[in-house]
Amino acid sequence: MPPVSRGFLGRRRDAADAARLPPGQYLVEDFPVLTAGPTPHSPLDEWSLTIHGAVDEPKSWTWEEFRALETETFTVDIHCVTKWSKLGTTWTGVPLDALLEEIGTEADYLTAWSDGGYTTNLAVEDVSDGRAWIVHTFEGEPLEVEHGGPARLLVPALYLWKSAKWVRGLSFTEEDEPGFWEAAGYHNHGDPWREQRYWSD
Amino acid sequence: MRETIEETAHARTLALDVPGWPGHRAGQHLDVRLTAEDGYQAERSYSIASAPELDAVELTVELVDDGEVSPYLIEEVIPGDVIEVRGPVGGHFTWSVDDGRVLLIGGGSGLVPLMAMLRHRAARASTVEARLLASARSEPDALYRREIETLRPQEGLAVDWTYTRATPAGWKGFARRVDAEMLAAVGPGPSAGARVFVCGPTPFVESVSDLLVDAGYDPASIHAERFGPTGG
Repeated sequence: MPPVSRGFLGRRRDAADAARLPPGQYLVEDFPVLTAGPTPHSPLDEWSLTIHGAVDEPKSWTWEEFRALETETFTVDIHCVTKWSKLGTTWTGVPLDALLEEIGTEADYLTAWSDGGYTTNLAVEDVSDGRAWIVHTFEGEPLEVEHGGPARLLVPALYLWKSAKWVRGLSFTEEDEPGFWEAAGYHNHGDPWREQRYWSD
Repeated sequence: MRETIEETAHARTLALDVPGWPGHRAGQHLDVRLTAEDGYQAERSYSIASAPELDAVELTVELVDDGEVSPYLIEEVIPGDVIEVRGPVGGHFTWSVDDGRVLLIGGGSGLVPLMAMLRHRAARASTVEARLLASARSEPDALYRREIETLRPQEGLAVDWTYTRATPAGWKGFARRVDAEMLAAVGPGPSAGARVFVCGPTPFVESVSDLLVDAGYDPASIHAERFGPTGG
C-alpha cells in the first residue's frame, strides 16, 4: 500500500473518462511534444516510405504514391509514457495491413525508422489486424511537423514512443532488435494497460 | 522530505532523503506519485536538480497554473512528509564530465536538469569546457541565479543569461529570445564537437534546436527535452 500523501486531494474526472485512462496516466486537452532531438524538416519531394528487410518484395512509395493509397479515418485514445493521455483523437492514414499485403513477409518483428535517426522496434502482431496506421492527417488537418508530419506511425495500443514520428521506413527482421528508447531503459513492448514503462516493469 | 527551498515566486526545490537510492546521472528525472486517502493517485515526472554526488535527491518544481500535482508540491508539502518516488528514469538526456565538452541551453525551468550537470561538474572539480545559455523572463524568475554566479569563475565554464521580458538596471547582457546571433556569440560552434543539451518549453526547444541545426550543429549531437503547457 503506497503512503497516503497528507492533504492531497487530486483532481477527479468523470468515471467514463477515468475508465479510459491506463494506470498512472493523466488526461490532457492539448498535445504535448516529446522528441529526443531536433525536429527534422524534410521536403515532400524528397520524402519516401520504404519497406525492406525480411520481406518478399521490398517497396518504396513517393509522397504522391503514398497519398494515393486508400486511407481510413479513425478515432483512438493515445498514451505517452511521460504520463499524459489524450482521449478521442481522430486521424487519417494508411492501414499497415494494406502495406503488409503488398510486400509479404513471414518476419515476426520490425524496426520503424525515421528522419533524424530515430528507431523503434515492434512485433508484427502488434501492428497487424487493424492495430497500426501510417497517418498524415490529424483532426482533419495535415499532421504538423512537431507531431511527426508529414507522416508518422500510429500504434495506439502501445505507448506513443512506438508510434515513430517522421517515419520513413519499416525494416522487417527475424530477431527483435531494441530501438532508440528501448535500448535506453524503456520497456521493449510498452503496453500502457500493463504499465510497461521501463526495463524493470 | 528533508527540506524545501524557495527558488523563485513560483518554483520550489524539494530535497528528499531516498532510502536505497541507486544513484543517478545528471539530466535524469524522477517519477513522483501522490496518493489521496481514498486511493486516488496522480503521477508526474520531474527533472533531478542535484548532482549525483550529493547525498540528497533534489527536485525543482515550477508551479503549473491549474496543475494537479505541482500546487501540492509547492504549497502543501512540508519537511517530514513522505512522498513516493520512482527512478532515476531516462538514459538519453544525461551527461557526465567524462563525456567531454558541453553546451547547455535552458529556458525557464528547463534549467533544472542542466543545473544537475553543472553541479556534477563542480562536484568533480572538472575543468571540462562547459557553456551555459540560460533564458528567463526576468532576473527574479531566474532559477539558481546566485549559485550559478558562484560557479561562474570556474575554469572552463562560461555562463550567459538572457532576459526576455525585463532586465535589471544597467544590464549589459542579452535581452531577447535566443536567436542565431546569440548562439554564435555563446559558441562553441558546430565544429567543436560538443554535446548539446536543450531543455525548456516546447516552442523554446523547437526554436533553439532548429537554430542549432541551421548553424551546422550535428543533429545527433543535440539532446532535447521539451515540456508542454500541460502537465502539472
